[in-house]
Amino acid sequence: MNLVVAKTETGRALSDIFDVARDRLPGGGKVADARQQAFEIYERAGLPHRRIEDWKYTDLRVLMREVLPPAPAPDAAAVKRAGSALKPHAIAGARRLVLVDGVFAAQLSDTDDFEQGLSVRTLREVLEAGDAALQAQLLSPDSSDPMVALNSAMMTDGLVIEVADGVVLTKPLHIVHIATAAQPLAMFTRSLLKLGKTAGATLVESYIGADGVKAYQVHDSLLLTVGDGARLDHVRLIEDSREAFNICAAVVTLGAHAHFNTFGMTSGGNVSRYQAVIAVAGEHSRVETSGVNLLNGRQHADTTLFLDHAVPNGTSHEIFRAVVDDRGHSVFQGRIIVRPKAQKTDARMMTRALLLSDDAEADNKPELEIFADDVACGHGATTGALDESLLFYLRARGLSEKEAQALLIQAFVGEAIEQIASDDLRGLAISAAERWLAARS
Amino acid sequence: MSLLEVKDLQVRVDEREILHGLSLTVNAGEVHAIMGPNGSGKSTLSHVIAGKPGYEVTGGEILFKGEDLLEMSPDERAVKGVFLAFQYPVEIPGVTTINFLRTALNAQRKARGEAEFLVPDFLKKMRSVAGSLNIPMDMLKRGVNVGFSGGEKKRNEILQMALFEPSLCILDEMDSGLDIDALRVAADGVNALRSPERAMVVITHYQRLLNYIVPDVVHVMSKGRVVKSGGKELALELEASGYAQFEDAA
Ligand SMILES: Nc1ncnc2c1ncn2[C@@H]1O[C@H](COP(=O)(O)OP(=O)(O)OP(=O)(O)O)[C@@H](O)[C@H]1O
Ligand SMILES: [Mg+2]
Repeated sequence: MNLVVAKTETGRALSDIFDVARDRLPGGGKVADARQQAFEIYERAGLPHRRIEDWKYTDLRVLMREVLPPAPAPDAAAVKRAGSALKPHAIAGARRLVLVDGVFAAQLSDTDDFEQGLSVRTLREVLEAGDAALQAQLLSPDSSDPMVALNSAMMTDGLVIEVADGVVLTKPLHIVHIATAAQPLAMFTRSLLKLGKTAGATLVESYIGADGVKAYQVHDSLLLTVGDGARLDHVRLIEDSREAFNICAAVVTLGAHAHFNTFGMTSGGNVSRYQAVIAVAGEHSRVETSGVNLLNGRQHADTTLFLDHAVPNGTSHEIFRAVVDDRGHSVFQGRIIVRPKAQKTDARMMTRALLLSDDAEADNKPELEIFADDVACGHGATTGALDESLLFYLRARGLSEKEAQALLIQAFVGEAIEQIASDDLRGLAISAAERWLAARS
Repeated sequence: MSLLEVKDLQVRVDEREILHGLSLTVNAGEVHAIMGPNGSGKSTLSHVIAGKPGYEVTGGEILFKGEDLLEMSPDERAVKGVFLAFQYPVEIPGVTTINFLRTALNAQRKARGEAEFLVPDFLKKMRSVAGSLNIPMDMLKRGVNVGFSGGEKKRNEILQMALFEPSLCILDEMDSGLDIDALRVAADGVNALRSPERAMVVITHYQRLLNYIVPDVVHVMSKGRVVKSGGKELALELEASGYAQFEDAA
């Protein structure tokens, strides 16, 4: 019997890349050691594939095939191109923080007039000179997931944002990830937002590509800590170029009486995966998570959420909507665990998919693991097509087929968008949906 | 020239023939009433004119302003001025009535090459039309027909007709579900739209509606055909004698 060593071509090529890159990656000592260990974990596992349960529907060996070499730091021309790509995504009144090809671009960012109690640094700075506790937190994500391990090994830059106890930011923070490279390259970023006790913030993340970018890869991770009594409103908009890959893992930890409202929409990119672990670690905390996939062509988008109720009296509501046309493929995996101590947990999850063509696909995998007996938990899922009688009614009133579909699609995704807490943030989601709808008509 | 000409129309649904050679001519400026027993094919005719999928036209033709209507998509028909007030309007959750009305009106205007209404102008127009039909604004902020009473749904159909100003209005049992006052208001709305360029086809079971909307011609439909046409007195006759006399004729 032949034993085949599970090491792909890619694995080998990447180890050369890591060997070359490691000296230029920020952080020495413990950070460098952690990178080495993480890389070894990744090397042993390789790209995740369908036989790994969490990646069942998103086989990166088939879809992505290889990890590209890291993009060089952007030059002046790249920053300029990023600047013009930014314009349609600008948010009035927000503090913009821009990562161009995975590197913080101060020229495009709002770096002055920081509110009292707000600290913004780059990942590079913190890994090179930050305090040990913060570095340890940045290195904390669980590397048993190969893509998290890869990110830990290769992370180049990102934002480390701290909001002091009691400080409620008035300006939303807007992190924009822009790819500009004319060759297929990868970006490795990691960001952290830490809200102190009773602090408050709004974080918007946009992922976009400048005109003419090639099949780039975004490898990102996000750490969010919401302190006791704090509140975080979070919106992610994936509007990458149609050839892009976007692989992101988020780890969210909530203190007691904390409130986390998060919304994600994937309307761009070729293959996207967002995996979030949300730990309700303090009592009386509340999570509202909603999301929308708008897919056509051959787009593939995977949202994998893991809600971990470890303490009593937590609430979590998940609403997910997928609209899939052509040969698109939407994946939603929602796992809720209610641990033995987490009595009086209220956890609900509702997902619906709308298939606009015969070849469109939507996979939905809800998993409830409940170990406490006094809880209210539930989930529901439906998949269907647009209602013909509604389409006819609209067309009889003069709407073309595409216009009629657009109105019904907006209504369908509206159920998820409604869960966003503020009108302004809802407006961002609606605009992103409108851009997708306009592009298909 | 006639506004609408239906010639020897044969229509099937699921292999079953429902209309067996129906003919009807409506000129601009006229109001026609169609009466007839349940299941005689009145709604089928209105659906085929509006372009609802699922009907197979196996014979005959429909001309609208001289053009072949059957070649057009439902939205093209609407843009050209065909309007059907449905017997059973659907509910559209998540689409507010205001947004729906503005989207539809502007889609029609855009398709005709006319300037689209800006929000303030549209709201002004909608307020005045809704006001004349006694439709409260808060109803318009709800999802299209969602949770509307039967009568409110019918009023919403008349509101659309008044906003879109179509040249052919087909009203399929607009009187069912309306209370007496609402019936009068809706009929006033329809009468206000009567004009030499416009025609109405009013489908109803009850003579009472025709006291408010006085027809020029009354047709009796039975078993998929028009079996008798006459003046407004025909409706009174039917009220007295019922449809039994036509069962054999059909
Ligand atoms: N989709 C369908 N499949 C099968 N039969 C149908 C379908 N639609 C209509 N029919 C039949 O066609 C006939 C005519 O129906 P239609 O709704 O046009 O009648 P109507 O004259 O409008 O009746 P009413 O006065 O009750 O509204 C009925 O016998 C009905 O059952
Ligand atoms: Mg009928």
